[in-house]
Amino acid sequence: MPSNKLMVEAIEKGTVIDHIHAGAGIKILRWLQLLNDHDRITVGLNLPSKHHGYKDLIKVENRILTDQEASELAIFAPEATVNRIEDYKVKDKFAVSLPKRVTGVFLCPNSNCITRTEKVATLFKLENNKKGLRMKCHYCEKHFNREVMSKVAF
Amino acid sequence: MNNPLYKRNIISIPDFSRDELQLVIDTAERIKAAPGRQLLKDKIVASCFFEPSTRTRLSFETAIQALGGRVIGFSDDGNTSAKKGETLADAMKIIGNYVDAVVMRHPQEGSARLASEFSSVPIVNGGDGANQHPTQTLLDLLSIHETQGTLDGLRVALVGDLKYGRTVHSLAQALTHFNCQFDFVSPDALAMPEYILEELDDAGMQYQHAATLEEVIPHADIIYMTRVQRERFEESEYQHIRGNFILKADMLKTAKPNLRVLHPLPRVDEIDVDVDSTPYAYYFEQAKNGLYARQALLALVLNQSV
Ligand SMILES: [Zn+2]
Repeated sequence: MPSNKLMVEAIEKGTVIDHIHAGAGIKILRWLQLLNDHDRITVGLNLPSKHHGYKDLIKVENRILTDQEASELAIFAPEATVNRIEDYKVKDKFAVSLPKRVTGVFLCPNSNCITRTEKVATLFKLENNKKGLRMKCHYCEKHFNREVMSKVAF
Repeated sequence: MNNPLYKRNIISIPDFSRDELQLVIDTAERIKAAPGRQLLKDKIVASCFFEPSTRTRLSFETAIQALGGRVIGFSDDGNTSAKKGETLADAMKIIGNYVDAVVMRHPQEGSARLASEFSSVPIVNGGDGANQHPTQTLLDLLSIHETQGTLDGLRVALVGDLKYGRTVHSLAQALTHFNCQFDFVSPDALAMPEYILEELDDAGMQYQHAATLEEVIPHADIIYMTRVQRERFEESEYQHIRGNFILKADMLKTAKPNLRVLHPLPRVDEIDVDVDSTPYAYYFEQAKNGLYARQALLALVLNQSV
């Protein structure tokens, strides 16, 4: 626990994404790099976790994730927690929750979708039914599950 | 009369409420009973076919002219904007300056939705790739209503290629407003996609899967036939299954008297020509209804009250 605590608080200002299920860290990393490629990012993979066995953890210095960004994060890691750090202290900490829609983040997996040829921000509506999370393209109206999205997103 | 479709983009069947679907059907039936009203007088409609579809284009253009409107446009994109690298968004901004509405068909899914976000006038989707073709569904609903007197509580068999057939997807989506019960008759490889079944589950619809047409004929009010494409199968497999999805007149001996057989046309061999002369055949009248459904829709989009 002390070592984890150190990892969370050892940046002056920024965001620590914790409790990422092991394996999802890399996808989140690529998503963060898409948002901004200047921030210094530190990654811990396969760290021991009290709840999941193993987890990934990501620290982004000098960048406070917005609420919208934090909810987009939930698409990759629904169980993640976000710690916003200022002056080496956890300013707030919360569990992510899924957004209703995501704009401009994912490529549509349908190769015949109009968004693959026109310069327009993609838009996916998220629907959570008993079969799990579905992302529906606002344009081609096709439904995709999260796994397909993460493969082609970046 | 309050008309919620006035100035609306007509992109996709799930955008319609039950009342709006009913409004189009009622309007179409009124126009069919008393044609000749000049509901598009002084209106100009662009007919933009970025891929050829002669039937759909002729049906739309006839509908516009029958209501006294004028048509401009193009019938394929071979020598127009996209070849010169112009985006669809730009093309639609420009065309919208000339006309009161745009009918468009385009080979890519989502094109009509995108066009509607850039056009200053309403877009009517005449087919966007494999996605939606809402006027086909409206003419299907008109045909069902006309033959059954209602859309509520019917037993509807959807037959053939239920995986790739956009017309059966949209029809099923539309009929979720009317508490219909479905029988799906298709080869396993061409079964109804999971996301449509999820939508039907969410709407509380009842449906069954059947392996052959014979099983569903005795209780069907509507049989909606589509073609199982030979190319999707190995030849030996196709020969084995084809009989299950081909309708012949002698199979209809067990049918209810109100049964009507629909098909989006063109057919190949999935409805034997001997069905044509039975009282159950309605597919040619259905094709004719395309004209009235499109007239009704355009009249509603371009008039505050009809
Ligand atoms: Zn799409």
